[in-house]
Amino acid sequence: MPAATPLYFTGSHMEVIWSAVVEAVQLITSGAPYLFEIIFLSLRVSTVAVGIAMIIGIPVGYLIGVGRFFGRRLTLVIVNTGMGLPPVVAGLIVFMFLSRSGPLGDLRLLFSTPAMVIAQVFISTPLVAGVTAAAIASVPLELRLQARSLGASWWQEALLTVTEARRGVMAAVVAGFGGIISEVGAVMIVGGNIEGSTRVMTTAIVLEARKGNFGTALALGFILIGIAFVINGLLTTLQQSGARYER
Amino acid sequence: MSDRTPLILAEGISQKYRRRTVLDVDRFDVAEGETHALLGPSGAGKSTLLRIVGLLEKPTTGRVTIEGRPVTHRSRPARMMMAAVFQKPYLFNGTVAENVAYGLKLRGVPSAERDRRVRETVSRVGLDELADASALTLSGGEAQRVALARALVLDPRILLLDEPLSYLDPLIKRQLVAEFSRILHDSGVTTVYVTHDQDEAMVVADRLSIMHEGCFVRSGPVDEVMGLPTNEWLADFIGMEAPIFGRVAAIDEGVARIDCGGVSVYAITSLPVGSDVVVGVRPEDVTLFQSNGLPVSSARNILHCTVEAIEPRGATARIRVCSGALPFAASVSRASAKELQLEVGGEVIAMFKATAVRVGAAS
Repeated sequence: MPAATPLYFTGSHMEVIWSAVVEAVQLITSGAPYLFEIIFLSLRVSTVAVGIAMIIGIPVGYLIGVGRFFGRRLTLVIVNTGMGLPPVVAGLIVFMFLSRSGPLGDLRLLFSTPAMVIAQVFISTPLVAGVTAAAIASVPLELRLQARSLGASWWQEALLTVTEARRGVMAAVVAGFGGIISEVGAVMIVGGNIEGSTRVMTTAIVLEARKGNFGTALALGFILIGIAFVINGLLTTLQQSGARYER
Repeated sequence: MSDRTPLILAEGISQKYRRRTVLDVDRFDVAEGETHALLGPSGAGKSTLLRIVGLLEKPTTGRVTIEGRPVTHRSRPARMMMAAVFQKPYLFNGTVAENVAYGLKLRGVPSAERDRRVRETVSRVGLDELADASALTLSGGEAQRVALARALVLDPRILLLDEPLSYLDPLIKRQLVAEFSRILHDSGVTTVYVTHDQDEAMVVADRLSIMHEGCFVRSGPVDEVMGLPTNEWLADFIGMEAPIFGRVAAIDEGVARIDCGGVSVYAITSLPVGSDVVVGVRPEDVTLFQSNGLPVSSARNILHCTVEAIEPRGATARIRVCSGALPFAASVSRASAKELQLEVGGEVIAMFKATAVRVGAAS
């Protein structure tokens, strides 16, 4: 009885995966321009997007976190919904706005990196705002009163509060970045995955996998996992060291 | 004290949270250089009043004036005259010196002067050695000193202290009460001091207001307020028997004889003969003797009493006595209580000076 028959098939599949791993490592170490162009674009789009998300999300998160204003509850619902927004839906909405017949069609932004940035801003702003709000809310009211009582103006008070909650706010930024660097739906729809122009890591993985270029797809996958690992490591560190007021 | 010109004046102040009135005060004023304590149980509205007067919170109704000028929480110059210390010190991330420097930085004080003032104040509260330590590693007492320094360094005209010592353990608290009191009087700063601790209030304050359920129950100089309860809640709160009502029957050489339901009590008062009055004597001012051993004393009030109750209070015992229809209390040490062989229903002689009796006009 050839007892090794089932192992033969497994071995065949393993060989496919193994050769993909080898190819991936070769691609990364050889510094293939195609690969690094994609990685660089991914990082650039998501960094710009999270930068804009910070500008909008941190103030909004601060306002939600410190409490009462007209429409706070509604804003909170919008932010919470936004935090669970499927990227592909965000992409679809931005696509509709930017398409030729859409309200912003004249800007001719569809299938460009600005369009991808806009879509990713939509995805990451609620994340940044939501996590910031939670961090700000954990700063005791008395601390803000204390600052106010020492003569802080409203913005000096806000600055101090954000500084006191800085770990939480950093966690918010990291969460916002993590949410967009790995998403594929939105950038695919509004970017179009055009080589040399709007092709990012996630869209490239989809394409290469479909073409059967598992090595390239996996190489990009490794890098994405690496980035995700670093991000989550950072997030965990920030969250664990952020428990200052629980004394 | 009759020509007091108020530095802070709050009139018609009320505050509602979710339609519940938590504060309703007609008038609250503090004269320049005075320490005014707001005393009362938790939830009496003391801290709310402090925050309103400190322009940290907007009242539902009423107005606050400082030196006669109306101010609100938006009045930056008025807010810059004040500094506050709260129950929990809430130090910011950074060193002790950085915490103390915070308010000076906000005011744009040049760094050389800032450093000098910070060092000076840190040493004034006795923390020289900890100036460069992280503020988050301090003990409770140290942290509260930093909080005081953070306020004092600004040289405020008005200092707001909200239960600054209530989180500390008794030993450190006693030490800091004395220290805070000295610092407040030396600096001559006008202070509003919120506390629920009577002893603390009596040590630090010149005047005090007793609050209950959002209202002032009584307000005035410390001795007057703490010596003379005008209603039963107040009597209970400040540890005295129910208020005693009487009438000035005669005045002889400045000493008034007050008839309290048939019992004569001698007191010093400026109220004329025939006035209806309320009188009070603090338990600490009453001495008890066995009914057979009357000592020689200058005390004008010597009353034969019946012991009504004996309540142990830690190091002292509180003896509730009744002379005729006149109820009052004496505070005696554990040792004397034992020596006097007191028992409920037994006879005892109570003695107190005419000067120990507080007299007020009955309303």
